[in-house]
Amino acid sequence: MKKEQRQPPRRTFLKQSGILLATFNLFNAGATAQVTPSTLPGSLSNNPSLDGWIRIQSNERILIFTGKCELGQGILTAIAQMAADELDVAYERIDIVSADTSLTPDEGMTAGSQSVEYGGIAVRYACAEARSLLLAAAAQKLNTTTDLLKVTNGVITNGQSQVTYWELSPQINLKRKANASAKPKPASEHRIMGQSIARRDLPAKLTGQAIYIQDLRLPEMVFGRVIRPPSYRAKLESLDESSVKNMPGVLAVVRDGNFLAVAAKREEQAIKAAKALRALATWSQSPDLPPSGDALFAHMKSQPSEDSVIKTVQSPNTPKNTKQFQAEYTRPFQAHASIGPSCAVAQYKAGQYTVWTHTQGVFPLRNDLAKVLRTPIENITCVHTQGPGCYGHNGMDDVACDAALLSRATQGRPVQIQWMREDEFAWEPYGSAMAIQMKAQIDDNNTIVAWHHETWSHPHSTRPMTDPSGSFLLAGWHLDNPVPIGKTKNSPQPAGSADRNAVPLYDFANQKILLHYLPKMPLRTSALRTLGAYANVFALESFIDELAIATNEDPIAFRLKHLKNPRARALIEWVADKAKWQPNKNPKLKNHGRGFAFAQYKNLACYCAIVADVEVFPQTGQVKVHEVICGVDAGLVINPDGLINQIEGGIIQSSSWTLKEQVRFDAQKITTHTWADYPILTFKEVPKIQVHLLHRPEEKSLGVGEGSQGPTVAAIANALAHATGKRFRNLPFSPEKIKMVLAS
Amino acid sequence: MPQYKIHVNGAFHDVQTESDTPILYVLRNDLALNGPKYGCGVAQCGACTILVDGRATRSCVTPISAIGKKKMTTLEGLGNPDHLDPLQKAFLDEQAAQCGYCSNGMIITAKALLNKNPHPSETEIRQALNAHLCRCGTHNRVIRAVQRAAGRLNEGLVK
Repeated sequence: MKKEQRQPPRRTFLKQSGILLATFNLFNAGATAQVTPSTLPGSLSNNPSLDGWIRIQSNERILIFTGKCELGQGILTAIAQMAADELDVAYERIDIVSADTSLTPDEGMTAGSQSVEYGGIAVRYACAEARSLLLAAAAQKLNTTTDLLKVTNGVITNGQSQVTYWELSPQINLKRKANASAKPKPASEHRIMGQSIARRDLPAKLTGQAIYIQDLRLPEMVFGRVIRPPSYRAKLESLDESSVKNMPGVLAVVRDGNFLAVAAKREEQAIKAAKALRALATWSQSPDLPPSGDALFAHMKSQPSEDSVIKTVQSPNTPKNTKQFQAEYTRPFQAHASIGPSCAVAQYKAGQYTVWTHTQGVFPLRNDLAKVLRTPIENITCVHTQGPGCYGHNGMDDVACDAALLSRATQGRPVQIQWMREDEFAWEPYGSAMAIQMKAQIDDNNTIVAWHHETWSHPHSTRPMTDPSGSFLLAGWHLDNPVPIGKTKNSPQPAGSADRNAVPLYDFANQKILLHYLPKMPLRTSALRTLGAYANVFALESFIDELAIATNEDPIAFRLKHLKNPRARALIEWVADKAKWQPNKNPKLKNHGRGFAFAQYKNLACYCAIVADVEVFPQTGQVKVHEVICGVDAGLVINPDGLINQIEGGIIQSSSWTLKEQVRFDAQKITTHTWADYPILTFKEVPKIQVHLLHRPEEKSLGVGEGSQGPTVAAIANALAHATGKRFRNLPFSPEKIKMVLAS
Repeated sequence: MPQYKIHVNGAFHDVQTESDTPILYVLRNDLALNGPKYGCGVAQCGACTILVDGRATRSCVTPISAIGKKKMTTLEGLGNPDHLDPLQKAFLDEQAAQCGYCSNGMIITAKALLNKNPHPSETEIRQALNAHLCRCGTHNRVIRAVQRAAGRLNEGLVK
């Protein structure tokens, strides 16, 4: 039954990519997800069964299963490249099934710039092992030894006779636990990895083929909308919905506590009905939001916090005769602001839910849906379907929950909900506002001898499965019998979350890194690309720049003086050269400036160094970022153009956050509703960008999706200081803030 | 509900809906066209753009009653994966997308631009696309794609 109702649309989608589904057996990846910890690489450790990753198909194609999903970052193309190379088959023979709770491995979230590092490496090991099993079978068949065999596009030969993967596949059993005995190929043997293969999803996206969740049109499908409260904690006091039930096309009005939704035959009918319900409903609400603007940060510091020492380094010699410096940096609440509001389709039939979703984690979402729907996870299937880009946690999971709740009222008919623009702006969880206090001591040799970094921040992850005792799905909080809000926690170092990249890569003799974690969320917050790293790198890399200027040292030379990490040094020197950096050079033109910044994302992923050239217009307070020159060391690069696209996108997104973005709110409610309230960088404003890749094919692949955002903000801030002689420490660098600082 | 006969991608279609229905929902839900997308509903982002008699038009704020006999073209009407429009080909060649949700509007507006001005300068392209929002940050690739397509169109004219 479950298979029946889920498969038709899935088939339609897969058919378009020529994928053969005939040999599928449903298997429960969840059953293998809880095995005892092993030393298997990447996501193989939790999903060790080889047939969970790879099928050799009778149609002479290879089917790869991945728990990671396409967000626009090109991961499915990169994974197909890895599989093709490890298996010695043409790239065109690889098909992929991604992120489906009934089909693919459980790889948790697609997040943290980890998909190549963890998901990719698992595919590489699984394919290498499958290849070795096929070679062993071939050796037996051809009466030879494996070392005398060669594989070309799935054809195995010993020079005289040959046999193919497709002929051998019935003889090998992939229903076995991976042992990682066959090692992935060294870089010297890569043919497809390392090439800029075109994205496999783009032809469909650029010609209007059905590929997005919004394009899923199931038989009998109806449309829904949710009527959210006017503010976070508002209560629905009264509503007479009878007139709306009689509106054209309306099929159902669902009212459960403060959760209010409507389903109608046509989408525009659902929108009209939702508007009518909004006008009829009366809510009680109180002014319970924190102050906005500059007052926010003092307020945050006054709130109850969970304090922790992230790192201390204490040298035996107490620094003497030092000069003391300090500065404070802030970042407002910022939105994901996806171009497409969140969307989901759900169907409820015979006790079974099927939810099509652009979540970044189908398995975690299923887990939290089970709490809100109050049904075992076995009754829920979540199928990833591509959606508009977001790079973080926006309304994607919430809308899936909305659709699932509404699907109970549509008599088995599937229901699609897309949030309205104002729903997304008002209800998505934002990137948290942050305040960062920096202090340092510098000795007579202009060396930083003590470094103090102190961060105040709300949570950076409230994704599904954050806490077993509660849920963060919005509708769950609004039900008459609510699912309690979960408890958040900060992720531990070295990755961290609020404290991500708060620990410097520099070798300061004394260090103290503190976090004041504010678990309460007056505004809803969760993972926005880079989590706390954007603001922490802004503070760290601005402050070290301030110290360089204060001691009359060149900012790049000053950084290198404190930095031993050889890869970081090599990259910084390389980028300085690419940008023709001139030490201690005053700006050539009035109001122009050049700034530098560096970070290794999470101190674990790619190394990224950035030089930004900016111009300030003092009369208007406008800032133009003319050009950004960027260097990246990401170890082995699977797809250079894909990587460059990620880095470029990160630079533009970060420039936009830096120059323009802040969520607006008053004492009671969010007041950001449309793009007019939340402008982002436009075509006329984006900088020119150069990205240089420092290839290190012998090193392991390092994630890049979040590599450039931190260095970009700090490079812009440092360039502004270079241009004006003033420091800009409060984001965003809007015209009002620029004028205020220039006047100070 | 009133009946309408509308002309989309070279063919007539009969649809029945209220007169104030934004044409976006008719194209997407009645005609199963995927190109135009809902982004903001108030003509601020550009994801829903279609051509109406060759002019780039925001379908989210255009009611069906305003269409009349005008000819509409969506992304599907430009080309398909086997027969790409030069702009679609150029977007692919430049890999000018990440999530691709905004691409529809940019390709359609660029099409209207090139029809009117086959040799746009970079500034003119940026100006034409300035009211289209992209969150993934692929702007510079989009500019290159339009320049590339313009080059191709120009070559075509020379022949």
